[in-house]
This record gives sequence, structure tokens and C-alpha cells, in this order.
Amino acid sequence: MVTTSTSASGRAVRGGQGKPLLSIRDFKVEYRTGSGTTVQAVRGVDLDLFPGESLALVGESGCGKTTFGLGLLRLLPRLGHASGQVTFNRGDGTEIDVLGLDGRDLRSFRWRDAAMVFQGAMNAFNPVLKIRAHMHDTMRAHTKASKQEIEDRAGELLRLVRLEPSRVMDSYPHELSGGMRQRVLIAMSLLLEPEVLILDEPTTALDILTQRSVVDVLHEVRERLGFSMIFISHDLSLAAELADRVATMYAGRIIETGGVRDMFYKPRHPYTLGLIKAVPPIVGDLPDMESIPGGPPSLASLPPGCTFNPRCKYATEECKEIDPPLIPITDEPGDYHEVACIHSKDVHLDRRVQDEMGTAS
Amino acid sequence: MSAQELSPQDTVRTPLMTLDGVSQVFSTKAGPIRAVDNIDLSINPGEVLCLVGESGSGKTTAARMAAGLARPTSGQVAFDGTDIWSLKRNDFTAFRRSVQYVHQDPYASLNPTRTILQTITAPLFKHGLVKSKKAAAERAVELLTKVDLTPAENYLSKYPHQLSGGQRQRVAVARALTLDPKLIIADESTSMLDVSIRISVLAMLGRLRDDLGVGFLFITHDLAIAKYFGWRGKTAVMYLGRIVEFGPTPKIINAPTHPYTRALIDAIPEPDPDLTKTKGRESLRSLEIPSLAHLPSGCSFHPRCPQFEDGLCDGAIPELVTIRSGQSAACHVVARDGVPGVGDGGRPDEPGA
Ligand SMILES: Nc1ncnc2c1ncn2[C@@H]1O[C@H](COP(=O)(O)OP(=O)(O)OP(=O)(O)O)[C@@H](O)[C@H]1O
Ligand SMILES: Nc1ncnc2c1ncn2[C@@H]1O[C@H](COP(=O)(O)OP(=O)(O)OP(=O)(O)O)[C@@H](O)[C@H]1O
Ligand code: SF4
Ligand SMILES: [Mg+2]
Ligand SMILES: [Mg+2]
Repeated sequence: MVTTSTSASGRAVRGGQGKPLLSIRDFKVEYRTGSGTTVQAVRGVDLDLFPGESLALVGESGCGKTTFGLGLLRLLPRLGHASGQVTFNRGDGTEIDVLGLDGRDLRSFRWRDAAMVFQGAMNAFNPVLKIRAHMHDTMRAHTKASKQEIEDRAGELLRLVRLEPSRVMDSYPHELSGGMRQRVLIAMSLLLEPEVLILDEPTTALDILTQRSVVDVLHEVRERLGFSMIFISHDLSLAAELADRVATMYAGRIIETGGVRDMFYKPRHPYTLGLIKAVPPIVGDLPDMESIPGGPPSLASLPPGCTFNPRCKYATEECKEIDPPLIPITDEPGDYHEVACIHSKDVHLDRRVQDEMGTAS
Repeated sequence: MSAQELSPQDTVRTPLMTLDGVSQVFSTKAGPIRAVDNIDLSINPGEVLCLVGESGSGKTTAARMAAGLARPTSGQVAFDGTDIWSLKRNDFTAFRRSVQYVHQDPYASLNPTRTILQTITAPLFKHGLVKSKKAAAERAVELLTKVDLTPAENYLSKYPHQLSGGQRQRVAVARALTLDPKLIIADESTSMLDVSIRISVLAMLGRLRDDLGVGFLFITHDLAIAKYFGWRGKTAVMYLGRIVEFGPTPKIINAPTHPYTRALIDAIPEPDPDLTKTKGRESLRSLEIPSLAHLPSGCSFHPRCPQFEDGLCDGAIPELVTIRSGQSAACHVVARDGVPGVGDGGRPDEPGA
């Protein structure tokens, strides 16, 4: 727990080479909201996830992060509808059209190919079932594994997330702390060895020291099992810690994506820049802080042009007319940095110190 | 005496509020629990005191006692030097006007059936501070402008559901300002806001502090927020009902001494990929948080503490003692040995006073 190495960072920025595990094109999700009206919560996302990669999807409340994750795994509520193209490349070379799956194929895609730990799920266990029953039910629904095989697999994964199987398997969910339940969920999601794990706000609502244990566990299991990960969070710091690559979402679109260091040190979209300037690092001096004026737009009445323009200090008349697509900007060769802003050349992060620690008090 | 009359050079200021040996004991099914155990705090006019700690550490319970919303089981809460529970009815009402509590949840704290105008002017009428509707409306406009809801006229006839979370929180602050408070107790009042909005609400509160000389008891579980809002003030760190460390905010953040504070600061991911990956982290001995109903003996952090010493830490309850100028901690090992690793890693020590 002292040092958290990130062997995965070696494969961090792949420059779009190799075959993506998950390839997402023009992905959209609509919700029906009563008498014939709909809102588009995800408005055309293009994204690739490469093998072994950890991608953070960040953005503020309501920008469509959960909707995106649910849509990818075909887990939307009945009033939601996903469209576009989602291709999953199995290791054996088969390509799966995720949005076309149904019945058994869909069930096997979920859990075996891709699994999800839902937002707030640690509070949604079946309270009358022990953890053992949760583990067995999940495995039996998808495999022909014997009782003993299930026990072994569950025990192995629980140890991996630093839980004592003999104690946890016989517990009811309410007998475990929030952090323990979250780790049980991570273990459960890995039961069928998925290639992709989607985690929605995995540490939100946990105490700081508990968050740290979950983050450390995620570092460790990913290193051991080598799956790819999409984790959804409104917490930029978590992205800095866990991601190889970051995608910023705003009003249902990805407005910037790049390697984690590029995104934090050289953000090129005014919104990403604004988010970074709104969160102070804990240690060190107090930097200059800034908020973003106004609030996120309503999905029902998005502003014309770039949806961020009413809040953007770089905005010009042009921004009210053109909705900029996500295009590559190449700082250096091999980089994989894309931004949707016509003024991205003018956007630079410079962080000045507002107050040094010695001068206070 | 108003806060503005005090010059910043005043070294000996009368504290606006003091909590002296204050405890709150609740009886629960599991037996009595000391949600707040013998804490001392003091806030000067126009000063910020941050109370930080994890969930259940007793922050809200302490704040409710400071606001006069709950009576301590033992100990004294004093305002302007007087025990608030010895005040006569009228004086207690005046105290309650001077100290305003702003809740965590902007959604729950405003009456959904009242317009913003009604919400803000109700306390003015109740306390007979305005004579006419016109005067009340003028005052409402003035207050909304102070919390940056401009043009204020546009907000008067709106209902809470028509406002964003940040705007609602500003209305809650405007309502708290109606009675010219000297102290605002803000309990997680920006925790539910999105990051892009949070800083502007905090900046607005900072201006009230500077321009109106309002003191703040500022409660948060988020050390980044405490750092930003309380940088020029002090911070108290609570763990299981007790204050384990206290000092100027920059010291608590950059040179913490108590093993619990150090574990907290180290555990928090940084919004900076290089920094967060190189941050040193010591393992805790246990991840489990003890229950208040069965507190560990001695220092209640001892079952988790990396510095634990058998026989010392599980014996007596450590007292909050000065470790270096202005900074105190409740830890047997730190009290005996001083601070390990001071001078390392660019964390300069405070020159001795
Ligand atoms: N079942 C639904 N019906 C209609 N609209 C919905 C539904 N679920 C979500 N939405 C809307 O879709 C948008 C995106 O919601 P989503 O939950 O995906 O956001 P999020 O980024 O995950 O937010 P948070 O950070 O708060 O979890 C929001 O405007 C939300 O109100
Ligand atoms: N009225 C009550 N009766 C019994 N126990 C209570 C009562 N109010 C609070 N407690 C307990 O006292 C402890 C401290 O609670 P408090 O709400 O003060 O913590 P907090 O630091 O504000 O936590 P949070 O960050 O979750 O708001 C908790 O264990 C809580 O369950
Ligand atoms: S008193 Fe002992 S157990 Fe408590 S914080 Fe100090 S070293 Fe750790
Ligand atoms: Mg969500
Ligand atoms: Mg509280």
C-alpha cells in the first residue's frame, strides 16, 4: 500500500494504434420523457478503448456519464434508447455488434465480456442474501461451474480485493462497511473474467481512508488481471490517480480526450481547463482558483453552436454558430489528444500561486 | 461591538464564540454514545474556523450546539463571553439572530411553496425589522445582490425548483444574512454543488467574511474546500467525537502532525497525475472504523495508527497539547517525540515562537 505502481501506464497513450477492444461510433442515447417528447442525454460519442487501458470519463452532474455506461452495456431503463455503432473485439478475433445483441448473446456479453459496478450499488445488495449467495447466483446464471469452483473463484477474488473470504462469504451485506461492500462488488464483477470493467463513481460517498483502500485495490487488481477499465467520476483527482487516458464530457458529448498528463498539464478545451482550475491540490501552496460562470445547460434547450459557449470566456460569435467536432491536435507525434473547440490554440493552463503557505496567518 | 470596529492589529481579541469542554451524549440502542467528547473551540470575529472530519466524527453535532440548536450534555457554549444557556429569553433570541446556521442541502432547506421574496422577507417581518412590504422588498434586493444573484429583481418571484443548486444555496445564504449575523455556521454548504460552481459560492462567502466581518464555523469533510476557504483561518480535525489536531489551516494541510491527519492528507488523490502517484503513503493497521458505542481505550485511533505503541497509546486518552507554535495535537507519540520527518520533503517547520 506504500507505493502504487502503475505498470499499465506503459501502455497509456496508444496513439490509436492496434485494435481497440471497444470501438464506439456516433453513440447516442435518448430518453422518452412523456407525451411524445424525448431528451438526448448522450449526443454522438466516438471513443475507442484499447486493451489494458484505463479510461476516466469525467464531467459534472447530469452530463450523461451514467447514461453512457448503461447504454454501452445495454442496461438502460425501458424509456431509454441507444443508437450508433458499438463494436467489441473478442480476443479470438470475433467482432460483436453490441447494439444488435439479444437474448443469450446479450447475457453472455454482460459479465463475460464487459461488467459494470453501478453508481450507489453498494447500497443495493439484496439484504436477505449472504455474500456467498450473491456470488453463487452470479456464477450459476452464467456458467456451469461446480459449487467448489465457485467457492474457489470467489475466495481468490475476495483475497485480491483484500477481504478475508471466510469472514465475508458468511456475512449479510449490512454487516459489512460501505468500503467492504464496494470491494465485494468489484470482486463480483470480476467473477467471469470480463475484458472490460465499467465502474460508475466507485468511491463517491465513501470516507477518505476508505476511498483510498478502494483506489489501491483497483490499482492492484488491474495490474494482476489486466482488464480494461472505464471509470466514471465527477472527481478529477481520481482520474489523475487511476487513468491512463481521460475523456471530458459536457452536455452529452465528449469535448476533449487525451493521455492523463496531457489532459492535466496541457488541457486545450476551456471546460477541462475550468474544471482543473476549480480544484486545488491538497498539498502545497494555495493556487489561484477560478469558477466557471453559470451552470450546465438543460438538455431540453441546448444553446446553439458549441454548447459550452454561454459559459466560455474564449467564446466569439463563431462559437454560437459552429458546434465544433472532436478533432486531433498533435502537440507531439504519437500523441492522442483530441479537442472540440475552435479556439483550442488559445487555451493554456498556467497556474499561479495565490498565496504561499508561509504568508498566511 | 461590531466586528468591523476591530482592527486587524488587535492581538487580544474577545472571541465571538467559545466552546469549553463541550460534550454531547446520545442514548442509543447500543448504549450511550459520546458523539462529541470534551471539545474546546473558539472563533474570533471575522475569522474562519474549519471543522473537518469523516462522516460520523461529530461535526454536525458540534455545530448544532454552537448554534444553540442543541444543549450540551456538559461543558459551556459562550457567545460574546456569556454562557448561552444562562441567557434570558430575549437575549437568547438575540443570540439566535446573531448566529445563523446554513444547511448542507439547498434542496431541503428552502420551503418549496414560497417565492424567493417570501423566503427572504419572512424573518424580517417576524423580527419586526421592516415596516412595509416595499422596505422588505428593497432589503431582499440588497441581500440577493450581496450573494451575486443579479439582477435581483429577476429572482424575487421565482420558486426554489426554478433555481439551480448553486442559486438555491445563495438564496439560503441571503436568508441567513437577513438578521445581520456575526457568525455563520455553514455545514457542508457547498458539498452538493458541482465543482465549477463551488468556487464561486465560496468566493461569495469569502467576501461576506471580509466585507461584513462575519465569522465562520465552516464544516466540511473535503480538505480541498477547507484549504480554499479557510487558508487564512484555523482548522480543527475531528475523529470519533474528539479534536485530534488544531492549528492554522496551511499547517494542518502542509505540515500535519497527528497520525490521523497525516493519513487523511496522504490518502487524498491529487488533481495532478505526477503528484498523486508520488505521494508517500503509510499503511494503516486496520481499515475498520470503530463504533462510538465501543470506543477503543486510550487514543481512539490506536487500532488503525501506524505509530501505535503498545501500553502507551491504548492507556490514557491523549490530551490536545501544543506541538509547535499555534499547532496542537492529541497524540502520545507526537507529544513525546515531536514530529517525525519535519524538514523532509519541503515541509518547512514553523520557527519556534
Ligand atoms: N430515466 C431517465 N429519463 C429521463 N431523463 C433521464 C433519465 N435518466 C437520466 N436522465 C437525464 O439524462 C441526463 C444525464 O443523466 P446521467 O445520470 O447519465 O448523468 P451523470 O453524468 O451520470 O450525472 P451524475 O454525476 O449526477 O451521476 C440528465 O439530464 C438526466 O436528467
Ligand atoms: N440524535 C441522535 N441520536 C443518536 N445518535 C446521533 C444523533 N445525532 C447524531 N448521532 C450520532 O452521532 C455521531 C456523530 O454524528 P454527526 O452527524 O455529528 O457527524 P458528522 O461529522 O456531521 O457526519 P457527516 O459528515 O456524515 O455529516 C454519529 O455516530 C451519529 O450517528
Ligand atoms: S496516540 Fe498513538 S495511536 Fe494515537 S495517533 Fe498517536 S501514535 Fe497513533
Ligand atoms: Mg451518474
Ligand atoms: Mg454532518
